[in-house]
Amino acid sequence: MALKMVKGSIDRMFDKNLQDLVRGIRNHKEDEAKYISQCIDEIKQELKQDNIAVKANAVCKLTYLQMLGYDISWAAFNIIEVMSASKFTFKRIGYLAASQCFHEGTDVIMLTTNQIRKDLSSPNQYDTGVALTGLSCFVTPDLARDLANDIMTLMSHTKPYIRKKAVLIMYKVFLKYPESLRPAFPRLKEKLEDPDPGVQSAAVNVICELARRNPKNYLSLAPLFFKLMTSSTNNWVLIKIIKLFGALTPLEPRLGKKLIEPLTNLIHSTSAMSLLYECVNTVIAVLISLSSGMPNHSASIQLCVQKLRILIEDSDQNLKYLGLLAMSKILKTHPKSVQSHKDLILQCLDDKDESIRLRALDLLYGMVSKKNLMEIVKKLMIHVDKAEGTTYRDELLTKIIDICSQSNYQYITNFEWYISILVELTRLEGTRHGHLIAAQMLDVAIRVKAIRKFAVSQMAMLLDNAHLLASNTQRNGICEVLYAAAWICGEFSEHLEEANQTLEAMLRPKVTTLPGHIQAVYVQNMVKLYASILQQKEQAGDKEAAQEITQLMIERLPQFVQSADLEVQERASCILQLIKYIQKLQAKEVPVAEEVIALFAGELNPVAPKAQKKVPVPEGLDLDAWINEPPSDSESEDEKPKTIFHEEEQRHSRHRQPEIDEEELARRREARKQEQANNPFYIKSSPSPQKRYQDTPGVEHIPVVQIDLSVPLKVPGMPMSDQYVKLEEERRHKQKLEKDKKKKKQKKEKRGKHHRHNSLHTESEEDIAPAHHVDIITEEMPENALPSDEDDKDPNDPYRALDIDLDKPLADSEKLPVQRHRNVETLKSPDSEAALVEKKSKKPKKKEKKHKEKERDKGKKKEKEKKVVEEEEEEEEKKGEDLDFWLSTAPAPAPAPQAQSEPALGAAVVAEPQEVKKEEREERDDEEEEDEGKKSSKHKKKKHKKEKEEKSKDKKKSKKKSHHSEEEPPESVQNGTLEDEPLPPMSSYRLLAENPFIKMTYDIQGNLQNDSQVTVSVIFENKSTSFLKSMELNVLDSLNTKMLRPEGSSVHDGIPVPFQLPPGISNEAQFVFTLQSIIMAQKLKGTLSFIVKNDEGSTHEKLDFKLHFSCASYLITTPCYSDAFAKLLESGDLHMSSIKVDGISISFQHLLAKICFHHHFSVVERVDSCASMYSRSIQGHHVCLLVKKGENSVSIDGKCNDSTLLSNLLDEMKETLSKC
Amino acid sequence: MIKAILIFNNHGKPRLSKFYQRYSEDTQQQIIRETFHLVSKRDENVCNFLEGGLLIGGSDNKLIYRHYATLYFVFCVDSSESELGILDLIQVFVETLDKCFENVCELDLIFHVDKVHNILAEMVMGGMVLETNMNEIVTQIDAQNKLEKSEAGLAGAPARAVSAVKNMNLPEIPRNINIGDISIKVPNLPTFK
Repeated sequence: MALKMVKGSIDRMFDKNLQDLVRGIRNHKEDEAKYISQCIDEIKQELKQDNIAVKANAVCKLTYLQMLGYDISWAAFNIIEVMSASKFTFKRIGYLAASQCFHEGTDVIMLTTNQIRKDLSSPNQYDTGVALTGLSCFVTPDLARDLANDIMTLMSHTKPYIRKKAVLIMYKVFLKYPESLRPAFPRLKEKLEDPDPGVQSAAVNVICELARRNPKNYLSLAPLFFKLMTSSTNNWVLIKIIKLFGALTPLEPRLGKKLIEPLTNLIHSTSAMSLLYECVNTVIAVLISLSSGMPNHSASIQLCVQKLRILIEDSDQNLKYLGLLAMSKILKTHPKSVQSHKDLILQCLDDKDESIRLRALDLLYGMVSKKNLMEIVKKLMIHVDKAEGTTYRDELLTKIIDICSQSNYQYITNFEWYISILVELTRLEGTRHGHLIAAQMLDVAIRVKAIRKFAVSQMAMLLDNAHLLASNTQRNGICEVLYAAAWICGEFSEHLEEANQTLEAMLRPKVTTLPGHIQAVYVQNMVKLYASILQQKEQAGDKEAAQEITQLMIERLPQFVQSADLEVQERASCILQLIKYIQKLQAKEVPVAEEVIALFAGELNPVAPKAQKKVPVPEGLDLDAWINEPPSDSESEDEKPKTIFHEEEQRHSRHRQPEIDEEELARRREARKQEQANNPFYIKSSPSPQKRYQDTPGVEHIPVVQIDLSVPLKVPGMPMSDQYVKLEEERRHKQKLEKDKKKKKQKKEKRGKHHRHNSLHTESEEDIAPAHHVDIITEEMPENALPSDEDDKDPNDPYRALDIDLDKPLADSEKLPVQRHRNVETLKSPDSEAALVEKKSKKPKKKEKKHKEKERDKGKKKEKEKKVVEEEEEEEEKKGEDLDFWLSTAPAPAPAPQAQSEPALGAAVVAEPQEVKKEEREERDDEEEEDEGKKSSKHKKKKHKKEKEEKSKDKKKSKKKSHHSEEEPPESVQNGTLEDEPLPPMSSYRLLAENPFIKMTYDIQGNLQNDSQVTVSVIFENKSTSFLKSMELNVLDSLNTKMLRPEGSSVHDGIPVPFQLPPGISNEAQFVFTLQSIIMAQKLKGTLSFIVKNDEGSTHEKLDFKLHFSCASYLITTPCYSDAFAKLLESGDLHMSSIKVDGISISFQHLLAKICFHHHFSVVERVDSCASMYSRSIQGHHVCLLVKKGENSVSIDGKCNDSTLLSNLLDEMKETLSKC
Repeated sequence: MIKAILIFNNHGKPRLSKFYQRYSEDTQQQIIRETFHLVSKRDENVCNFLEGGLLIGGSDNKLIYRHYATLYFVFCVDSSESELGILDLIQVFVETLDKCFENVCELDLIFHVDKVHNILAEMVMGGMVLETNMNEIVTQIDAQNKLEKSEAGLAGAPARAVSAVKNMNLPEIPRNINIGDISIKVPNLPTFK
């Protein structure tokens, strides 16, 4: 046997191995392709052999050839063979080849499933490792689905080497098989706290990658990441986490506030530049998210800018680059702080590194002001001259235009200067951006009326020197500016001083070498020019000159009539006819100018580029429908245009005047020739159009003027933009002097109050008045344009599928497909209540255990076991800190137990927190009764409790926050309005229904994540001495409001309450309702059915109730800063309404607190007995209030997007207040 | 995510290409050519980041590269990666190669591209950074090599002998690409752990 193996390997020795192949290719440099094709033939032979070593060798060579660009997909099956070799050596080769060439389209890939599964469970960790690595490159949806469960098992492998690979590959699995995300997520989360740093890092990596795409689903992990951030020393992990926070902060400003401090500390302490840089980046993101109204963060901005300056000043180009990159992010929100580093950024413009120059250019965009625009552009113009390489120069050019044109030419004070800059830019050779310059010229000339005269003179100059621009038409697009020049000269020809000259320039033969679309514009605008000249001459009574100009047109136009470009030809023919007609009229001495000029009467208004898109499609118009039936395919495409042309020609001739003179004949002849020339099927007699043109009878020969191309690039007479800079300075100086004079006068006149105010602004740039009175016309939009133009999200985005809510409990159907029966503990047992009770079911595993137990010992109560479960659950709860709670600024108290407990335990385990819970509940009851007006009887009892209450006050406060963050709006506390005096205790829980057995109180909270859901928390209190069980809550849905039931159940099914109640115990359950409209209050009828069990037996009971959804319950306490509030009010799209309530005796303080508490508002600002308040509905309505207190009354003015909602809200408020 | 890792020499000859996104072989070659074109015209002493690879990925992506002697190491990454972190990763990669090949040079990469792939697989998996600790990587590679050797056993001996003979007259080209000789400037970065 051994001998055979040795013999086999001796055979193999003479096969080419990878090294031989490489060497061979290097030795066959001239005929590489041929050599390789030979090798591939050999490989094919080798693959046919049975020896796996030979096959592996062949596959190894193929992998190399793949790198050189050879398609090796034909060997896919052989690769799988090698993958399934038993030896690691070969297996590795196989998997490498597969990872290089397998993809979703590889059809044999499905054959690998079982092999991979086998390798994943191999006792050899490297087999598993190599399989995971390979799979990470070629995983398909099918593989992901089939293997997800196996990989998930590996996430808990004993070896960290496997664990980290398994964790990492999960990301790929999620991408291909999004359904696996939710079942696998709990375990992935566990891995964040793996003892092995590599595994931890992998888990962070995966979650960061997931969160980057759909950050909002991962907000709840923020506390965990925060802990990691403050504890980890691994820079890789830190960087990832910090980057993740950068993505999360825009969604949760409170997170940003919490982050600032640790990040600032890191910035100060770390020596790793990479970490420092990411910290700065995230701080910037935080600052952006907080940007409105947080003045006290200027220190952080300063710190960032400072650190970035250090980076930029570093000699290392990489740091310089990154510094500039981050700077540009700050620029967007805090331009002032960046502007102070203008010197540094301008310096970077001179850097030898193009990447850095480009970054610096980006920054310049935000640095310009009216004051320094000219200076900066001047500097850029110098760079333009110096720049080598067209890409950078083009970039400069676009940047100059960007900078100048930004926000509607805001910073341009002198448009003459800008036009001359544009004209100077036309001298750039080889730029691609001719059309950009042209567009700017057109835009400025059209929209700035005052500049037209100057623009026209400049454009005339350009036309005159067109040969300079057109000399290299083929290579570049700068001749595009001629398009603009011609149009401007034509359209605004009344401003032209020497129209004749310009017209002549446009009629030069050289023009015919320009691209067709430019010629077309030339032709069209010649007529405009001609018309205005004609008018001029006629008015001057100079008939001869008028006739001369007509003659000139008639002489020169034919060169365009022959153009190969249809557009040019068509226009030229029409116009030639027109002018010939005019000539006739002129000969009869009829004044024609007025009529000709009437052709071009009226002003053209600029239309916004999106105007067309924004016109709403009228109802009933189907743009996709055929207007006529589509033409049948039988008609040949080639013939169609020809026949149309013929018909037109015929129609044309019919309409023509009967008299046909010689010229007409010539024209026809020419037209025919033209037609022939353009007809590809016609054998041409004359080789070139030039020649034909000279042969044409009836048309005078026009000498072709040779243009001297050695003219210097600087054209005399063209103004230099630099002059303007000087002029501008002088002008500003003068203006300033004048202003100073005026001020002195003012001083004399007023001398007092306003003086100070004025002097403050002397230096501000607003004072720099533009040189001309500039009237920038805004672009027109259609009347009923739609305001928003949201871009639709790409439906093919692979990451969208991963936008999955991870906080929702796992449903029964959600599990990974399993091949064999194992891993039961990771799967959920059927549990219908799961969909309902959000908080509870965050811990699916525990629940499932419970369930199993219940099944096992069916009626028996094994309290011990349950105790264990309960304890575990509590631990869980401690861990699962609520995000809101974590984010609230209150000092962290002992972990708050949640309001659900196992009923059997209420008595059995008398732990401290539960005592507190009880108290709280009792207290709540008191409050409710108080609210109902039964004050007197309970007062004594209350006092008794006061001591206890105070003891547990801190705890309770935080507890409340963790449950319902709106109970005590933190913002109002911040504002300092509520802490002045103690407030009477309040509860938002209202009575739902009551009978001798049970009492239900409820509270409704909006859900910010979902704009159509509210959560109703119901507290059930057992008032009897019996045991209550099998409680089921059912509600009659209305059209608008529906209870969210687990999938598959009908609308008439009730939802079981997930607990039982021993005597005297209360517990809370939550139900989710979906709503469509929230502008009206709603009432839903419902029934609670339950079984009362006592010694005598059990009875079935029912309790009807009415669930009242007030409008206030759709509001969510949202903080609002006063400036944002003011903006909101100014915006003017809010409806207004007001109420007045008399007979108010409570203090304003309490009044506000009541509104805050019961109606979910927050105080924006309070001045004396007047306060502004704000809230937001779950569907995003803004509600603003102005509350004023008079002697004995309160008036409330409200503003809201929706008038119905507002009036309902105010009514509710009125009711609350009238109770006071 | 890392989209691709490319190694090519000063003439644009690919020495290793690893794509973590599917591209056809032709596109892969185009990407290599384009990347080489972009990278090779840059001076030394300019920054190591490049935007504007058109073929691979769009505006979110960056090329981060380092140039060692005759070889360019280019990582194409998206915005979730830290630029300086990736620069460091390249450094770790090259140092690991240096350790595994004992004074690595271009020839090692030419003739043992499979080994380079194996080393890379211990660092980056499916486009995500797997391990950055060089010692850990080297340990795993050594263990795998040992496993391979033990598998080859008796049968492997003759093949090894032949390959040794073949390799004897192999490098006429001087082994001048020793990266150990070239001082590698790492900007103030403590190596990641």
